[in-house]
Amino acid sequence: MTERARNSLFFIAGGVLLFLYAYAALNLPAWGSYRGPYGDAIARVAVYERHVTDIVNAINYDYRGFDTLGEEFILFTAVLGVSMLLRKEEGALKRPASRLQDDAGLSAAVRAVNLPALLVTTVFGLYIGLHGQLTPGGGFQAGVILATGAVLVYVCENTGAFRRITSHALVEITEAFGAGGYAIIGIAPLLAGLPFLCNFIPLGTTGDVFSSGTIALISACVGLEVTASFVLVVYIYLQEIIAGAFPEED
Amino acid sequence: MMIWFGAGLLLLIGATGAAVVCTRNVTNQVLALGFYGLLLALMFFVFQAPDVALSQITVGAVALPLMVMLAIARMRFRDRARSAAQGSSSSEGRHD
Repeated sequence: MTERARNSLFFIAGGVLLFLYAYAALNLPAWGSYRGPYGDAIARVAVYERHVTDIVNAINYDYRGFDTLGEEFILFTAVLGVSMLLRKEEGALKRPASRLQDDAGLSAAVRAVNLPALLVTTVFGLYIGLHGQLTPGGGFQAGVILATGAVLVYVCENTGAFRRITSHALVEITEAFGAGGYAIIGIAPLLAGLPFLCNFIPLGTTGDVFSSGTIALISACVGLEVTASFVLVVYIYLQEIIAGAFPEED
Repeated sequence: MMIWFGAGLLLLIGATGAAVVCTRNVTNQVLALGFYGLLLALMFFVFQAPDVALSQITVGAVALPLMVMLAIARMRFRDRARSAAQGSSSSEGRHD
């Protein structure tokens, strides 16, 4: 097919697509309209039943908490897989004669902005994590935001500090604690004869940080797990670069 | 009015997706991917799903590009370290 034929084919197809797209856009349901009973039903009862104002997290960590437990363990298993695949081969490390340096140094602007950015990121991550039951957010998003703090430390070229933060057994313990904590919060009500993942803690006042019973607690556990697993993955990837050595293959 | 804003945003996302595919340099592609993730987050926000938008920002615009970047950094480091260990003077082995 010649260049010209291909271009004309593209423009014809693009024109047809644009026409169909405009036709479809004209026949969409009205802006913000919602068909289906479940969303309306849960929006009506969730605030009274669970004392939360962010219904999405009430669904994630309570009404459909069982699904989220599975999702959390998907992340746990994925991190486990990455750390197994990229594990350090002991004893075969080869160190190049001269220390390898990256080409470009950091600009003054990056150096100046890095520390304030780290502070803002950490505070914002904690805020998002602790207010999951009140405003959009929750443990998962908070975990990723907090983990970017560790990456900022690395970007600042402070590899020593990065290694001190991340190569700890504490990171692994935190991850296990976060993942296991969710399961324990699920199992605990069984001992009192209540259903699995039942919201058994007093619910508190709607709108308070310490409200919504197990929802806030589970959100915090997920936050710990996600933070630790992301930090762990970043460290595993950067391991060789930080050590300045790589495994011998032959 | 809002319908047309949403429709325009979706078209822009389609164009950005095509741009991500058409970008050939891997590093540039990761940046394009991050921008694409941000646009998706904006779309979720416009379509009244702030929770999903926040998840999309963290995953699509932060975590995914970060993971790809880390993998690229690791591969480059191995390339450079290996050619440095071999001691050849023409050791700028780069895979873009």
